[in-house]
Amino acid sequence: MGRFLLVTIQVDMHDRLALALQDDLTQMISDTEARGVLIDISSLEIVDSFIGRMLGNIAAMSRVLDAETVVVGMRPAVAITLVELGMSFTGVRTALNVDAGMELLKSAVNGNKQGHGTSVH
Amino acid sequence: MALLSTETLPIRAEIDVVTARRRVRDLAAQLGFSLVNQTKVVTAASELARNTIIHGGGGSMVAETLNGPRTGLRLTFEDNGPGIPDIELALRDGFTTGSGLGLGLGGAKRLANEFEVASRVGQGTKVTITRWK
Repeated sequence: MGRFLLVTIQVDMHDRLALALQDDLTQMISDTEARGVLIDISSLEIVDSFIGRMLGNIAAMSRVLDAETVVVGMRPAVAITLVELGMSFTGVRTALNVDAGMELLKSAVNGNKQGHGTSVH
Repeated sequence: MALLSTETLPIRAEIDVVTARRRVRDLAAQLGFSLVNQTKVVTAASELARNTIIHGGGGSMVAETLNGPRTGLRLTFEDNGPGIPDIELALRDGFTTGSGLGLGLGGAKRLANEFEVASRVGQGTKVTITRWK
């Protein structure tokens, strides 16, 4: 199944801290050869465009490193606000909670294995 | 319109954005905002506070709590930066002169009930939003 990284964001991050997380996590994916990253944002009271972009970047970078990212635990008020803000969150897989996220990761990673050999555009 | 309270916070460093978010959250909660409306006004404040630093080179946020006839929170972000030459363009989604997504100003406008921006090139920018309870 491969290794998964579980990240729980527990503090209200200033922008540089968010960028540091993005960089550290990308390095960690490479170092541990992780196949999946699960990011739990259930503690976050808001997701603004900066944090939204960071999550999108992590998903994009992990994809390049052959890992899947799933963001879990977004609060309903945060989801409503994000949509109104105009963030589409395309390219970021989401799940309601950690359990559902793990299932999604497992099937995504397995699916990729079966999909090996398909061309990359 | 009755002004309940007014306070000014410096918006100069990144950490001030976090402080501003927290203060706006507290004020909105005190006024009895719903969780969704708290989240909207805090998110709008976060976008505008970041703009104040990135585009305005720092400034301040004035937070005013209002009641009678309506309860609300009015936030004014002011800087003495280079100003916005074309406000209409700056409000367009995806337009950015920084490294962000270009959702800050337009997004904050959508998250607020009232929105006002005044800017003079070479003098600065003042953005005021009001969110009613």
